[in-house]
Amino acid sequence: MRILVVEDDLEAQRYLVQGLKESGHVVDEAGDGDLGLSLALSRPYDIAIVDRMLPKLDGLNVVAEMREHGNTTPVLFLSALSEVDDRVKGLKAGGDDYLTKPYAFVELLARIDALMRRRTPAGVKTQLQVGDLELDLLTRAATRSGQEIELQPREFRLLEYLMRHAGQVVTRTMLLESVWEYHFDPQTNVIDVHISRLRAKIDKGFELPLLHTVRGAGYMIRAAAA
Amino acid sequence: MRGGFRLVRTQAFRIVLIYVLLFAVSVTALLGFTYWITSRTVNGQADEIIQAEITGLSEQYQRLGWQGLYQSVNERSQQRGSQALYLLTDGEHRRLVGNLTFWPAARADAGNYVEFDYERRVNNGYETRHARGQILRLEGDNFYLLVAEDIQDRYVTQSLFTTTLPWTVGLILLLGLVGGLLMSLNMLRRLDAINRTSGEIIAGDLTRRVPVTGSADEFDVLAENLNRMLDRIERLMKGLREVTDSVAHDLRTPLNRLRNRLEESLARLAAQGGNVGEIERAIVETDKLIATFNALLLIAETDAGASRSQMSLLELNEVAGDVAELYEPLAEEKGIALKLERGGEAQIEGNRSLVAQALANLVDNGIKYTPPGGKVTIKVTQGADGVALTVADTGPGIPAEDRPRVVERFVRLEASRNSPGTGLGLSLVAAVAHFHGTQLLLEDNHPGLKASLVFPRAGKVMPIRPVMTVTKSAAE
Repeated sequence: MRILVVEDDLEAQRYLVQGLKESGHVVDEAGDGDLGLSLALSRPYDIAIVDRMLPKLDGLNVVAEMREHGNTTPVLFLSALSEVDDRVKGLKAGGDDYLTKPYAFVELLARIDALMRRRTPAGVKTQLQVGDLELDLLTRAATRSGQEIELQPREFRLLEYLMRHAGQVVTRTMLLESVWEYHFDPQTNVIDVHISRLRAKIDKGFELPLLHTVRGAGYMIRAAAA
Repeated sequence: MRGGFRLVRTQAFRIVLIYVLLFAVSVTALLGFTYWITSRTVNGQADEIIQAEITGLSEQYQRLGWQGLYQSVNERSQQRGSQALYLLTDGEHRRLVGNLTFWPAARADAGNYVEFDYERRVNNGYETRHARGQILRLEGDNFYLLVAEDIQDRYVTQSLFTTTLPWTVGLILLLGLVGGLLMSLNMLRRLDAINRTSGEIIAGDLTRRVPVTGSADEFDVLAENLNRMLDRIERLMKGLREVTDSVAHDLRTPLNRLRNRLEESLARLAAQGGNVGEIERAIVETDKLIATFNALLLIAETDAGASRSQMSLLELNEVAGDVAELYEPLAEEKGIALKLERGGEAQIEGNRSLVAQALANLVDNGIKYTPPGGKVTIKVTQGADGVALTVADTGPGIPAEDRPRVVERFVRLEASRNSPGTGLGLSLVAAVAHFHGTQLLLEDNHPGLKASLVFPRAGKVMPIRPVMTVTKSAAE
């Protein structure tokens, strides 16, 4: 996939570009807002990673200009600014996601994957399926191998999010942001307990587990490799 | 009507009212005194004239006898333009000579003076006039002599005075009250403008300024001073904001590089099959450092009231329900009962993220410090001051003397030194409380800790409160 990185801190830029290339992406880089904008407008990218504070043209303005020119490339903001109001400003300017520095690279990768997935909607789905686990979004029913699973509303949303990103790493922060809509870091890792509850409901008594813990990153739901 | 009632309660109206009453009393006293002095003087003058006439006529009588007296009275009566009245009668009060037609129906008072009404001929008829005089009895010849002075003009003035005085005082009071109402209304309007502006500023809009009318009066001076003060506060806030932004930027950039480098080394070492444990621990420590830094920054920003733009209407029951739902599995895993007690409608104006985070911190602490088998309760209750959000646990609690200290940054009590946490949790809760114009209240739950935040209900202007945390000792 083609990714544009607009970052003025050259050390951080080198690291980002290298990491993304190692993950199998094609990467272009820009060190300031002007170059970033002209690249974004002249070549097709699957995603743009834009630093919030850039020389020449501020990150917010880069994205606002992109949107004004009808460019819909998903944008992930990176910001070293304090967070409280900044996230809202970034999303208002047309950003699709927002990550505060310093971040873990796995977090960035997971968010890029999620943004890509969002870009290619396979029509309006009413049914999600991973292996023999099925989720009916209309009747709000979950079944595994035809066996009904009782889920609390929040467990349903958690499972839905995981299944929409089946085969991708989903971080704890992403879950907290999307399922609970909280943008803070709870001191104790409450998400892990929710996951283990969910796991007990969907994996207990079945031979092949679907919900996996990805060490140092988060969780992933996927069917057993056939 | 509430508006009218409010007007009457203003300080300006009270001052005017007191002034008007005082003024009315002074005017009444002054006018009364003037009346008294004038009437005394005029009476005195009339009496002196009468006395002089009587003396003169008695002398005439003694010197020249009855004939002389008759002559004198007759002459004096003919003088035109005089206010003097004369009447000489026989023993039966029948007129002999004088400019009075009848002996008036009057009685002598203590000083031998009489006051009476008489008819005087004017152009087309008669008019009744008032007079004051003295009667002389000429004993030897059995005659009566009445000498009097017309005091009608003074009499009219006097009665005019007594009838208009109450009206005058009443009018003064009425005009004073109307003037007072108008003055209070004006003052109230200008104070209202200042109050409205202050309310908007407290609610977070620092760009508002008190209107200046241009009349250069004391209200304008006050408004201009307030506006200058606000300019300064706005500049300081902006400066603070810029400082936190640049501190954030200048520290996050190297932290970011540090973390990147560690991740790179980790990947390289793992590829070479080396021992990555050390580097993993270093990353964990870095993440802790980042978490502490983020928490500090958030507290600083919250204290500075930096995120007013994200204020919205919140239903506390919903916020409490969401947080309870988030922590319920964790509590269950620890064998603690997490209970939610919803209260009545609890709408407040607040920042959802901050309120949720503050509540999460309190619940997190509750679960962390309560032993298995205990209970943590999240409660929404209605109070006189607003809606209270309370988290009560059955843990060891905090000794009364330590309570003011625990909200300070990085303060961790001896007992909890070894449990995980940054030592900033309660500081953030206190900052969030302050941000919402309230306080964090720590009390004894017998046993355990009861932490509450009392939010003003939505729609009320947030009161300005000092930055402090009040603690109630268990002994009280």
